[in-house]
Amino acid sequence: MRVNFTVNGRKQEVDDVWEGESLLYVLRERMGFPGSKNACEQGECGSCTVRLDGVPVCSCLVAAGQAEGRQVVTVEGLADYARHREDAHPGTGCATGACGTPLGTARSRQAGDGQGTEELSPIQQAFIDAGAVQCGFCTPGLLVAADELLETQPSPSDQDIREALSGNLCRCTGYEKILDAVRLAAARQEEAVR
Amino acid sequence: MDFLRPASWEEALAAKAEHPTAVPIAGGTDVMVEINFDHRRPEHLLDLNRIGELSEWQTGPDTVRLGASVPYSAIMENLRTELPGLALASHTVASPQIRNRGGVGGNLGTASPAGDAHPALLAAGAEVEAESVRGTRMIPIDAFYTGVKRNALAPDELIRAVHIKKADGPQQFSKVGTRNAMVIAVCAFGLALHPGTRTVRTGIGSAAPTPVRAEAAEEFLNAALDEGGFWENGKIITPSVAKQFAQLASGACSPIDDVRGTAAYRRHAVGVMARRTLGWTWEQYRDTGRTLEGAA
Repeated sequence: MRVNFTVNGRKQEVDDVWEGESLLYVLRERMGFPGSKNACEQGECGSCTVRLDGVPVCSCLVAAGQAEGRQVVTVEGLADYARHREDAHPGTGCATGACGTPLGTARSRQAGDGQGTEELSPIQQAFIDAGAVQCGFCTPGLLVAADELLETQPSPSDQDIREALSGNLCRCTGYEKILDAVRLAAARQEEAVR
Repeated sequence: MDFLRPASWEEALAAKAEHPTAVPIAGGTDVMVEINFDHRRPEHLLDLNRIGELSEWQTGPDTVRLGASVPYSAIMENLRTELPGLALASHTVASPQIRNRGGVGGNLGTASPAGDAHPALLAAGAEVEAESVRGTRMIPIDAFYTGVKRNALAPDELIRAVHIKKADGPQQFSKVGTRNAMVIAVCAFGLALHPGTRTVRTGIGSAAPTPVRAEAAEEFLNAALDEGGFWENGKIITPSVAKQFAQLASGACSPIDDVRGTAAYRRHAVGVMARRTLGWTWEQYRDTGRTLEGAA
């Protein structure tokens, strides 16, 4: 079957999608967005986390056909998504993604071969600065989940962070550095607001 | 495989009537796992995501009519006052990502004894609004679970909503697992005090072929509370009464040994949870009673 939906602000059309295929499979194998990782395929690990109309979900548990006409943000589009939030909705966010991507951003993304621009989102930079990345497999899912947390709760408590990331497994870091990274991003965000 | 995408509830009913083996998919948190692992290859997937009303709820004078696809995250956020037991249970479902997609309709459709919503629904009292092209019927929650992963739905029926009694007293939910997140219950227990009718209702999860109420325990407790005038005097429940209630709750289980736990452990844990949830709710009831008295 054919499926149409928007990925990181760009409309996509995919053909020959098998009806039982997951959104994750379509993103990775048919659209060339390998950022979302495929690990457990049962919603246990969170490494395939994407935003579906603004809501963090496990893309392995969304049937591709259910994404028809909807907005998907993957880790590849996280920097643009964060920048758009900063520019167009300072201090709040654009949970639906319904207001689309500005033309300039879309053009620059096109120039960058659809892989986003060089610049990182604040949460990505914080993960690097805090040493929260080891093998990196769980990182995309954690970034998408953590970015959404900071969008809805700008000053999360440690409990909030643990809760928000409880659906994302990491087998390398022991999580401490990941928590550090989220705290760092939150602190930087607060500074920027002041 | 065919992917059916009805745009309205009527279209969904027509599709289900035409293809009774079609598997409804909403949050996908059960169905997609089975498809990903090649455990299931339905001829038709019936996508319910386009039917907006399934994600809505209405609060009436006595009940909340909860759309089948209202995600657990929305229950936690919006219905904590009306449905405290279900809100607590919702919070123990898997992870934020799963709670953003999964809903009570899916829990009922799958009818796994380990579904987190069941003990809360049994304790609060609920009816399942099932509909087909033939018409609508309300299935009492006590009659809904018919076997392991089996329910009372006819092949052409879909779950439209669940009508859950609004809390008229404290409710609690307790669940045993190896960690807080991402856990399929080893066993679970829900308890609701209904001061209006002077009754207590319970629900047991993952400790019998279906979710069940601990009916003998309820009857014993209702009689004991009545006899001792506990509802009126608000006294602490006698330890011997709580103990007997816990034992009877244990006795309501018919668990199995499996990878998550042994039958003996489940029986024991259900007794412990029964005693604790009774203690917690009764404390809340006594507190509320005092507050109300003070206010008056």
